[in-house]
Amino acid sequence: MTRDVVNRRPNLPGGLLGFLWLILTIGPIYYVVITSLKSQSDYYDSNALGLPTNPTLRAYRTVLQNDFLRYFLNSLVVAVVTVAVVVAISLMASYVIVRRVSAVARLSQRIFLLGIAIPIQATIVPVYYLIVQLGLYDTLPALILPGIAFAIPITVLILVNYLRDIPVELYDSMQADGASDWRTFVSLVIPLSRPAIVTVAIYDALNCWNGFLFPLILTQSENVRTLPLSLWSYQGEFSSDTPPCWPQWCSPACRSSRHTSSAAASWWPASPPDSASDPKSVTNVP
Amino acid sequence: MPGSTLAPPAAPGERSAASVTSHVSGRRGPSLWMLVPAMAFFAFFGLVPLLGTVVLSFFTWNGLGTPSFAGLDNWTTVLQRSATYHALWLTILMCAATFVVQFPISLLLGVFMAGRQRYRAVFSVLYFLPLLFSATAIGIAFKNLLDPNFGLSSALHLGVLQQDWLGSPGLAFWVVILVVSWCFIPFHSLLYQAGARQIPQTMYEAAQLDGAGRVRCFFSITLPQLKYTIVTSTTLMVVGTLTSFDLIYVMTNGGPGDATRILPVDMYLQGFQSNQMGLASVIAAILIALGLTFSLVLNRLSGSDRMESQMEGM
Repeated sequence: MTRDVVNRRPNLPGGLLGFLWLILTIGPIYYVVITSLKSQSDYYDSNALGLPTNPTLRAYRTVLQNDFLRYFLNSLVVAVVTVAVVVAISLMASYVIVRRVSAVARLSQRIFLLGIAIPIQATIVPVYYLIVQLGLYDTLPALILPGIAFAIPITVLILVNYLRDIPVELYDSMQADGASDWRTFVSLVIPLSRPAIVTVAIYDALNCWNGFLFPLILTQSENVRTLPLSLWSYQGEFSSDTPPCWPQWCSPACRSSRHTSSAAASWWPASPPDSASDPKSVTNVP
Repeated sequence: MPGSTLAPPAAPGERSAASVTSHVSGRRGPSLWMLVPAMAFFAFFGLVPLLGTVVLSFFTWNGLGTPSFAGLDNWTTVLQRSATYHALWLTILMCAATFVVQFPISLLLGVFMAGRQRYRAVFSVLYFLPLLFSATAIGIAFKNLLDPNFGLSSALHLGVLQQDWLGSPGLAFWVVILVVSWCFIPFHSLLYQAGARQIPQTMYEAAQLDGAGRVRCFFSITLPQLKYTIVTSTTLMVVGTLTSFDLIYVMTNGGPGDATRILPVDMYLQGFQSNQMGLASVIAAILIALGLTFSLVLNRLSGSDRMESQMEGM
């Protein structure tokens, strides 16, 4: 849609500021990428923003050898299941909220909106209690179930916004043809809201994929660790002064005592030390 | 976001009764059963824990054994602790400061991105990139970038930049605000982009024919039309800052000293590192009260509670 009706000289200040922001956006990302290609000594010696003198993929190899695949699969399972469930149930709820004229539907919408206003972290202690009581502590469902609940408000908000724009006449003609609620949902709501579904699915998937708090608090063992958490533990393991304590970590006594202080950096299990690996390289894990 | 520019939709209550009357029973609209799964999940992991926070704030619990009733002990402890007020103050300050940084930049970027020029489309894609990274990755990247010995300050050889950005108490707080803003601006500019795209072009054409310039158009058309987007985005900004735990935890862990120890960090450290879940729950309750207050005020300020719809102003 190019409109050059009147007054369409190029917006120079806007373009310049846009370009400035581009540099601010790309800068740190550029830094992460070039650093990932540096060897350890190169990292300490060279200019932080300079290109690597001896580009090496060693960091990537180290990451891949260090159970990257398992963390990746954990993250994938959590993200896919969470998003699938969230989108399905939120779409159903949004359909009711938009179409149903009733006090209950309006109240539900307000309750979901309340969820947006409340900082998630504030409920983490009881969520932790619930998960422990349910016997789900340190399992992937411990990440999936609260993840679903916390993604619902924003998902419903976006979907309701979108569903409002579907013309009423379409629902009316479905009804005139005698379609059931479910039939209308499947044959009308789902196909018409596909763009919105894609939007919220991407948004929820990113949030879930990048989630840090739930994995930090609701899991402890390495086999359910997700990528952001592995990234964090890498950083403790390779670059700070944290002593590797993995033999101790394996003992059952230590395991149960850590149950309480689920995130003190000191007990992070270190993989067999690989001193040659690049300390900062892991920042490139998504 | 809604992409169509159809006639403005009516709010649910205002829909004409005839058009929604079901042919079956006179019930208007789909069965409430379809609401149940979402509501059940949200109630069990959202509303119950919300009450649980308040309940647990009256218990002593180390996170492992059984909670035991403690009366008002936790509350008096937390309310007598000067660290609490410090954290509260930092939290409010951080909400305000991140808003002041984020709002103008996101608004201008969003409007800029809403333009149809091809280079803007390319820029938009690149602006979107930080959203793909986790707060952990961003925190670690910035931590390294801001390292006084191996980061930016040594790379650029500029005297001004030779600072221990995250290590000096006076500086760390402001640096964290900039990083948090960097992290969230892409999301908010996307909201503004979607909002700005829905403003009918005809309004601008009419204004231009009347001789309005670009600045005038921005203040007289774009800004008023974005009213509901502004309310939505501001609410999300404030709550987003209240929840920016991971970024701060990774970058500074609340330090140096307690320079960046905002309430969520304080809650986490009390609960999951000092094993005092009761105290953590009190802090959490304060955090909830703060979040609710902010969003209620924002809703009132906007003159309606219709923050769910961005098209109603049209």
